[in-house]
Amino acid sequence: MSVHKPEPVSIFDKRIVGPALVSSLKKLNPIELWRNPVMLCVEIASVITLVTFILSLTGTNKEPAWFTGQVSVWLWLTVIFANFSEALAEGRGKARAASLRSSRTSVTAKLLSKPEFNAAFTSVGASQLRKGDLILVGANEIIAGDGDVIAGAALVNEAAVTGESAPVVRESGGDRSAVTGGTTVIANSIIVRITANPGETFLDRMIGLIEGAKRRKTPNEIALEVLLIALTLVFLLVCINISPLSIYSVKAAGQGTPVSLTVLTALFVCLAPTTIAALLPAIGIAGMDRLFQKNVIALSGRAIEAAGDVNVLLLDKTGTITHGNREAVAFVPVSGHTEQDVAEAALMASLADETPEGRSVVALAREKFGLKSATLPADAEVIEFSAETRLSGINAGRDQFRKGAADSTIAFVQKNGCINIPANLSDAVDTIARDGATPLVVCNGCNIIGVINLKDIVKAGIQERFLQLRSMGIKTVMITGDNPLTAAAIAAEAQVDDFLAQAKPEDKLRLIKENQEAGFMVAMTGDGTNDAPALAQADVAVAMNTGTQPAREAANIIDLDSNPTKLLDIVEVGKQILMTRGNLTTFSISNDVAKYFAIIPAMMLSVYPQLGVLNIMHLATPLSAILSAVIFNAIIIPLLVPLALKGTKFRPMPAEKLLIHNLLIYGLGGIVAPFIGIKGIDMVVGMFV
Amino acid sequence: MEKLEWLQTALFFLVLLATVKPLGGFMARLFQGERTLLSPVLGPVERLIYRVCGVSQEDEMDWKRYAWSMILFNVVLFISLFGILMTQHLLPLNPQKVPAFTWQLALNTAISFVTNTNWQAYVGEQAASYFTQMVGLTVHNFVSAATGISVAIAVIRGFARRRTSQIGNFWVDMTRCTLYVLVPISLIAALLLVSQGAIQNFSPYKTVPLVQAITYDTPKKDAQGNSLKDAKGNPVTESVTAKEVTIPMGPVASQEAIKELGTNGGGFFNANSAHPFENPTPFSHLLEILLILLIPGALTHTFGVMVGNSRQGWAILGVMLFLLIGSFAVLQWAETAGNPLVAKLGVSGVNMEGKELRFGLAGTNLFEVATTGTSCGAVAAMHDSLTPIGGMIPLSLILLGEIVFGGVGSGLYTMLAFAIIAVFVSGLMIGRTPEYLGKKIEVREMWMSIVTVLIAGVTVLIVTAVAMITPSAVASMANPGAHGLSEVLYAFASMANNNGSAFAGLNANVNFYNLWGSLAMMLGRYVPAVAMLAMAGSLAEKKYVPPSLGTLPTDKVPFALWLTLVILIVGALTFFPALSLGPIVEHLTMLGGN
Repeated sequence: MSVHKPEPVSIFDKRIVGPALVSSLKKLNPIELWRNPVMLCVEIASVITLVTFILSLTGTNKEPAWFTGQVSVWLWLTVIFANFSEALAEGRGKARAASLRSSRTSVTAKLLSKPEFNAAFTSVGASQLRKGDLILVGANEIIAGDGDVIAGAALVNEAAVTGESAPVVRESGGDRSAVTGGTTVIANSIIVRITANPGETFLDRMIGLIEGAKRRKTPNEIALEVLLIALTLVFLLVCINISPLSIYSVKAAGQGTPVSLTVLTALFVCLAPTTIAALLPAIGIAGMDRLFQKNVIALSGRAIEAAGDVNVLLLDKTGTITHGNREAVAFVPVSGHTEQDVAEAALMASLADETPEGRSVVALAREKFGLKSATLPADAEVIEFSAETRLSGINAGRDQFRKGAADSTIAFVQKNGCINIPANLSDAVDTIARDGATPLVVCNGCNIIGVINLKDIVKAGIQERFLQLRSMGIKTVMITGDNPLTAAAIAAEAQVDDFLAQAKPEDKLRLIKENQEAGFMVAMTGDGTNDAPALAQADVAVAMNTGTQPAREAANIIDLDSNPTKLLDIVEVGKQILMTRGNLTTFSISNDVAKYFAIIPAMMLSVYPQLGVLNIMHLATPLSAILSAVIFNAIIIPLLVPLALKGTKFRPMPAEKLLIHNLLIYGLGGIVAPFIGIKGIDMVVGMFV
Repeated sequence: MEKLEWLQTALFFLVLLATVKPLGGFMARLFQGERTLLSPVLGPVERLIYRVCGVSQEDEMDWKRYAWSMILFNVVLFISLFGILMTQHLLPLNPQKVPAFTWQLALNTAISFVTNTNWQAYVGEQAASYFTQMVGLTVHNFVSAATGISVAIAVIRGFARRRTSQIGNFWVDMTRCTLYVLVPISLIAALLLVSQGAIQNFSPYKTVPLVQAITYDTPKKDAQGNSLKDAKGNPVTESVTAKEVTIPMGPVASQEAIKELGTNGGGFFNANSAHPFENPTPFSHLLEILLILLIPGALTHTFGVMVGNSRQGWAILGVMLFLLIGSFAVLQWAETAGNPLVAKLGVSGVNMEGKELRFGLAGTNLFEVATTGTSCGAVAAMHDSLTPIGGMIPLSLILLGEIVFGGVGSGLYTMLAFAIIAVFVSGLMIGRTPEYLGKKIEVREMWMSIVTVLIAGVTVLIVTAVAMITPSAVASMANPGAHGLSEVLYAFASMANNNGSAFAGLNANVNFYNLWGSLAMMLGRYVPAVAMLAMAGSLAEKKYVPPSLGTLPTDKVPFALWLTLVILIVGALTFFPALSLGPIVEHLTMLGGN
């Protein structure tokens, strides 16, 4: 299966950087900046310094024009860099959205009057389709809108949405009835009932999300913004406070000049948490984009962040923990029969069984027991698996080969009039079940021959992933329809923390509710319609793209690859977004220490020369010190753009260790880095001044 | 430090720590409505009070009702105290026939005592009658302390409770706090103080002849009481000869006990705890320091017990202790190093200017960090006479927001606001929606804790800025220059953070300080209280998130260190410029030899 992932776009791709530069100038519009109050303050500060620059050109302001001019330029650049980082993140999304939109070109649909293949139809544009309309889609036609197949079955190429070239079957009824607008039918015809109005389709929503057009700030983002705004306000007051204090100090000391407006403005911008405020929008957008690179579409930023908080993960056993299909690995004879007997009977009972399990029985019997030539007898009557008998097999002549669960087979044998059940049967069955395998009992007529050992193969490497999850404090719960014994054995092998055996939809729902009541955040993956209630209840609900429409509607994250272990990636990205924000906030605020040491002695030096002691970086002159701090504050933004877009690296480890680790890097680093940076810039500035 | 000073300091902290668990546990039981040791005696009194006042113990309040009750009660208290101050010349127990307060001073004083600030722009023994001291000020010492504790208890309930809007009954909390905690401890403490020589009487002031007449210089003042200054800005002094001395009397011990216990700090006498009638012996001195730290320390354990994990309380106490001991160490260092300028004059040794010899250096320093770390504000030495860095310690402790033990109740809830901010940032850094004590920290909690943490600092920044450009405010400084700036910064820091101690040297009984100070005290008291109650309301409604491996433990050393860092960083970033223009430049000037 070849999965075509969206082409990874380099961070500074030419096609994106160009438009982003233009867009970052457009975003200087104060109305646009309103969404980012901290940067709006910086823009106002830039305007103020522009005025002081003009005044120093005219001579009204005594400060040298090269200084006020430079400060003004770097403050403007601070705003532009912030806009640029956001535009860059959006640009990456837009480039992807554009490729999606191309698949949404004008499509005409055959609108049916009634749900019959030969009913009369009228051709209408896709934009005219409404919920509930019925359309007919034939081979090589594009499906005009999202909907459910209500009649027929067809092979559909969904590459437009999933990037996967292998076509998939979509058929009425069951769990594979959902079709997505923009995908193409390759063979056969289907009748589709439209389930979304134009503009609200899956593709539309995806495009909107990727472009960032519908991006709403998450609660967490807002809470952080509250902190940033409050800090900005405090620093504004600190700077305003310095003015009268310095006026008083000049009078008291009898020397020097009060701090100028340019310097105060510069100090304010340096102190305000501009680094994090500038990168905040980009972090969220980039997070969604990173998920999209993994072929996962989050329907809201909130869902991704919630994923970072998940404590309990409900995983379907089949397909997630184990390979979808069980395989026959052994034949166990019961009293009076040989292994060969079991192999033969099992083979006969399975020859007509086209399920993967059935085929694995046939393969085992043929390869290990020399039964290569055995074929279905001509007179064989195939007994399909039915919900009532829960058995399958064939009748051929006098033979009645059956295989099924122990209780069903015993019931069958007893119905045939045999009360004599081999004594060691239950032992054999239990031994297999205790190992987490599935015992299938084989009989012929009223004669029980033996047991097939059908084993669930746990995916390689799954244990390590669960171990990672556990170290992050996430509990994994396996959900399976198996009996408790089987479930326990597989749970032990896969090393999940808990399991829910013989799970019915209402059991899943109850399990989620119980965990939520206990205060946990629950994530689950699902694809079937019967998963929909549980998905709707879960905090993070990942629907497989191959899933049914109800499942997709109920979910808040869609996995285009339909690979349930994706949840681990989603959790990781969710955590990365929060961590990147937290780390950059700490970094941004830690930077202020060095900036104080650069600016405070510089601005008060004329009044109190003693404060020169605080100039521990030995910056050349007061003006170069202030300028260096401003320049550092501006260029740190583009330097951190790659980090904001990629996210800080996530290592699964206990919370306390992780905190110390990040505090050392971003807290301590945030204190040290600007000392080095400002000193370096000052040396360069010193060459020109 | 000398060996005995080490021993005394170590012993003191051991005794303090030994009180935390019993008293904290007692308060936890008390406020959860459980039976306590004192129930057999005080239970009937408590029930009688409820019957008379028509309060039902079962009638719980949501945060809005709780906050309204608190505010309404404080308004009534304010009006009653304002009334007493304005009419004290008509009221009994006024042997010195002191006149009424001016309305500006009465306003400032009433707000000061209602808000648990106890900023005193008046001189106790000269301006207040015994009636004012006892019925007015002492009563307020009790109820303002009880108000702070009640709010803290309601905030703790917010953390402890799940899925409810009820955070307790304000009247019940007030009654229990006063009846079971404040009154019994004050009673014992007052008796101990009397045993040491603190006075308790209603006698008129005594005038006694001096053994030897004294001639001294005193600052010359104009009609408004402002210090006169010569052309250079130096104070003008005049020579006075004194032959006799008036010794003020009064019911001191009863007020002294609650003054420390309730972290009020408003002294009976102007000299406050440096006065021998308030604080006669080294033992009474240590007792008073213990009283100051007693309830704020124990409340951390009450908090731990009520939220169901006493380690959480110890973590908070650890942070407080760390900051207190650290401040003490710096102060001790600065005062021991002394002033090199004085040393040049041939007077070597530690800086004992403005300190009482009977308390010693370490004893005095311990008192000063305790009284400024908590919002007590009683003083046993002249802060104005500390070395520049030494003086910065009390100032910094106040500017941190009164959380190093802090005011009774208010210290804990302000510290919890800091903890929430610390949890928020660290939560993000580990990639989780932040949670504290099992409660998710969301937008509302962030707003409320930020408002709580920053309101006092914001007020200080604004009001000192206004003061520096107001000529009448600048004229009140005793010392021009950086030291004068420290005085004004200290005054507003003290009022906005409800500390009430004064750097001295500033004539604060002028309209500017009385009125702006009143505003600062009200903002610093009620904005955090209401914000934290609002947060308690929202926290109580949240469900509990059980901790997992991914949860950051908030009861261990790394978080405690992080919390300490957050506190220091917020304080430093807010006040570094102002401090650098005040104490820091003074220190550098002193080192420079000027």
